[in-house]
Amino acid sequence: MSEIKIDKNLDIRGVVCPYTLVKSKIGIEMIELGQVMEIILDYPEAAVSVPKAMENYGHKVLKIEKINEKEWIVQIKKEVED
Amino acid sequence: MDFTEEQLERYSRHIILPEVGGKGQKKILEAKVLLVGAGGLGCPVGYFLAAAGVGTIGIVDDDVVELSNLQRQIAHSVHTLGMKKADSAKKTFEALNPDVNVIPIRERLDSSNTMDLFKDYDIIVDGTDNFPTRYLINDACVILKKPLVSGAILRFEGQVTTIIPGEGHCYRCLFEEPPPAGLVPSCQEAGVLGVLPGIIGGLQATEVLKLILGKGKPLMGQLLIYDALGTNFRKVRVPKNEDCPVCGKNPTIKTLTDMPEEYCSI
Repeated sequence: MSEIKIDKNLDIRGVVCPYTLVKSKIGIEMIELGQVMEIILDYPEAAVSVPKAMENYGHKVLKIEKINEKEWIVQIKKEVED
Repeated sequence: MDFTEEQLERYSRHIILPEVGGKGQKKILEAKVLLVGAGGLGCPVGYFLAAAGVGTIGIVDDDVVELSNLQRQIAHSVHTLGMKKADSAKKTFEALNPDVNVIPIRERLDSSNTMDLFKDYDIIVDGTDNFPTRYLINDACVILKKPLVSGAILRFEGQVTTIIPGEGHCYRCLFEEPPPAGLVPSCQEAGVLGVLPGIIGGLQATEVLKLILGKGKPLMGQLLIYDALGTNFRKVRVPKNEDCPVCGKNPTIKTLTDMPEEYCSI
């Protein structure tokens, strides 16, 4: 399986809702259509709510993965213009 | 997009809206809006635009705050009685949001200062209480091609319309000349429900934000009429008049002129 190319990394560990979404929204606005942003977060609720909100904006969620006890990785591909 | 942490928090509910986002919020922060009048309408319009983060808000008003204003003019208070309304509103709006630069203009609009005052702003908001100024603002906006969000209130009824010169109607397409003096009563003579400017001003502020964001459909070519007693909103179509003396094909009004002060007031 080929690795997905990550165009932007966003570290929002320590950030709580709704700022997890605020920062993710601004992050996705900063990449181009078709590019991928990888978010690392540690607020449990955001592992569900951020990907869901990104899908509602029209973007594609490529991966949601719990990487250890407290942290998740979420990969979003930008599919619509802002 | 370089927002401070404080701005991310303050504007979070805007930024997560798909129609606004960080890019839209930046547009709001860079926008320059001129309010004509810091009375019933100017207060709520300015209040919400300041809350939204409109970067520059000019306020033209040469009146002072009186006790009878406080029934509806929510930016003023007992602490600012006797102060110029432009300064009183500046104090309130900047206390709400220090991101906003409020420029008080303690003048009365006339044919000599209007063009110069309007030229630095993106959008003009009419919250005046008299016809001569209303026509002056309309003509200046048409000549300068500035979008104008116009509101009016009396008793239990209010009106809003958005004028985009070159695209939709203008105020003179709707009423070519002001009504004769004395025909339309003023708020002083007829009264106004205190909350009414809150509704109409809220609608005006919404129109301004839509124009800044370039989202939605502006209230162009239409007049929205709100009847508070019947709780009824209706829209009246206002076609662009090709023979309009200011925005028509062969305009006869190309510069501003002053109407007599006592011409009429609303």
